[in-house]
Amino acid sequence: MNVPYQIGAPGFQDPVAQSQATFRHLMDAIAHPALPRAFTSRTASCGPLSANATAVLLTLVDQDTPLWLDQALASSDEVRNFVAFHCGAPLVTDPSRAAFAFFADAQAMSPLTRFALGEPDYPDRSTTIVAQVDCFSSEGPGFSGPGVSGTRRFGFIPAPADFSSQWALNSAGFPLGLDIFLIGSTELAALPRSLRLTEV
Amino acid sequence: MSDFPSYNFAYLDEQTKRMIRRSILKAIATPGYQVPFASREMPMPYGWGTGGVQVTAAILGRDDVLKVIDQGADDTTNAVSIRKFFEKTSGVRTTTSTPEASIIQTRHRIPEAPLREGQVLVYQVPIPEPLRFLEPRETETRRMHALEDYGVMHVKLYEDISRHGHIATSYAYPVKVAGRYVMDPSPTPKFDNPKMNDCPALQLFGAGREKRIYAVPPYTSVISLDFEDHPFERTKFDNVCALCGSTNTFLDEVVMNDEGARMYVCSDTDYCEQHRGDRKETGA
Repeated sequence: MNVPYQIGAPGFQDPVAQSQATFRHLMDAIAHPALPRAFTSRTASCGPLSANATAVLLTLVDQDTPLWLDQALASSDEVRNFVAFHCGAPLVTDPSRAAFAFFADAQAMSPLTRFALGEPDYPDRSTTIVAQVDCFSSEGPGFSGPGVSGTRRFGFIPAPADFSSQWALNSAGFPLGLDIFLIGSTELAALPRSLRLTEV
Repeated sequence: MSDFPSYNFAYLDEQTKRMIRRSILKAIATPGYQVPFASREMPMPYGWGTGGVQVTAAILGRDDVLKVIDQGADDTTNAVSIRKFFEKTSGVRTTTSTPEASIIQTRHRIPEAPLREGQVLVYQVPIPEPLRFLEPRETETRRMHALEDYGVMHVKLYEDISRHGHIATSYAYPVKVAGRYVMDPSPTPKFDNPKMNDCPALQLFGAGREKRIYAVPPYTSVISLDFEDHPFERTKFDNVCALCGSTNTFLDEVVMNDEGARMYVCSDTDYCEQHRGDRKETGA
């Protein structure tokens, strides 16, 4: 492409340690679903992408992972340049081809079914959603499943109005389905497809 | 810090770690399902724990404390060489103490000391597919998992009963994870199977040659397959450990002389040493 190139925001200062630390937070989060845990990256933010979401992008996305961006992110040159320079990930507009989908606004996640849900023989071939949120609450619906001892109440703001029904649909398709990482400014949490709604 | 500055931290390059990390996240989200990954050649032969080593290398950080066991022992060849590998390539602190470790890489045992939340147990797996010896075709076993078609596994256990009068499978005893996938718990003795159920620690499984990663999240049901009239039974030992006197641990049989004298000792060396210390302190 002949577009003049702007590097923009820096990546990790210490790629080995920072990507490992970010990954361990993601791994702990998905192993203990619907449980917000403290996470503050030392990465710079990039346009509409927060510092923490940028760290997750740098940790998981590379040339092997087709990336889908929501309207706010896709329309940001800063984000597109950042992805091209630091990750080299191909951007896709077809959500069903995405390995990762990033949302600047978690409210825009619905409908989840437009993304790749995996195949019966290969449920791992699904999209992983990374969405920025403002905050978490323990007021939301109850969740149970692997990684949850008993039931756990969990909510996030802003959430799509129909998120409960979207999620019920997603977990009903287990082992197919999406996994979601919700990234706040000081916390993150994960909703793996194995997580079931117990009460609304 | 590292004796080999030409290698990246924990040997693997960052792109490889990202690829393995993505597989680990998928594996945790689908408990018991074997996620394919692009296993790398490691500086050790297949069968020596290349899968476990890659998983450990992908999750390991500078603050981690690593313990490596082989059949429960910290001082056998496989355990010593993998521990040295990570000491050299990452410089992380290593230990033989189960409670002190944040990551425990294991070949074929689960430590006797209870694991706690926040710990990660990494298993080295030779054959990840529990149905492989019953159905050699990968396309078929994959379809069987997709359809939750596990009847053949119960036939195998039934044939055990019809031939031996009881389920004779004593290691790599198949389990059902979170009510969905049948999983090979790696060749751990079935004595250890109950420890996998509702375990507070995260359990990750890496098979290097077979290029598969799978996982059991914390607090997940792991049920050993059985029949109502032939329920799963944990291996029982008639002996006590000759060194520490434990009556409830997995014992190794050691032949002492050419007259056939035998000695039984704990396979978990760390537990055995701790327990010997406890006995001395209490004067037992």
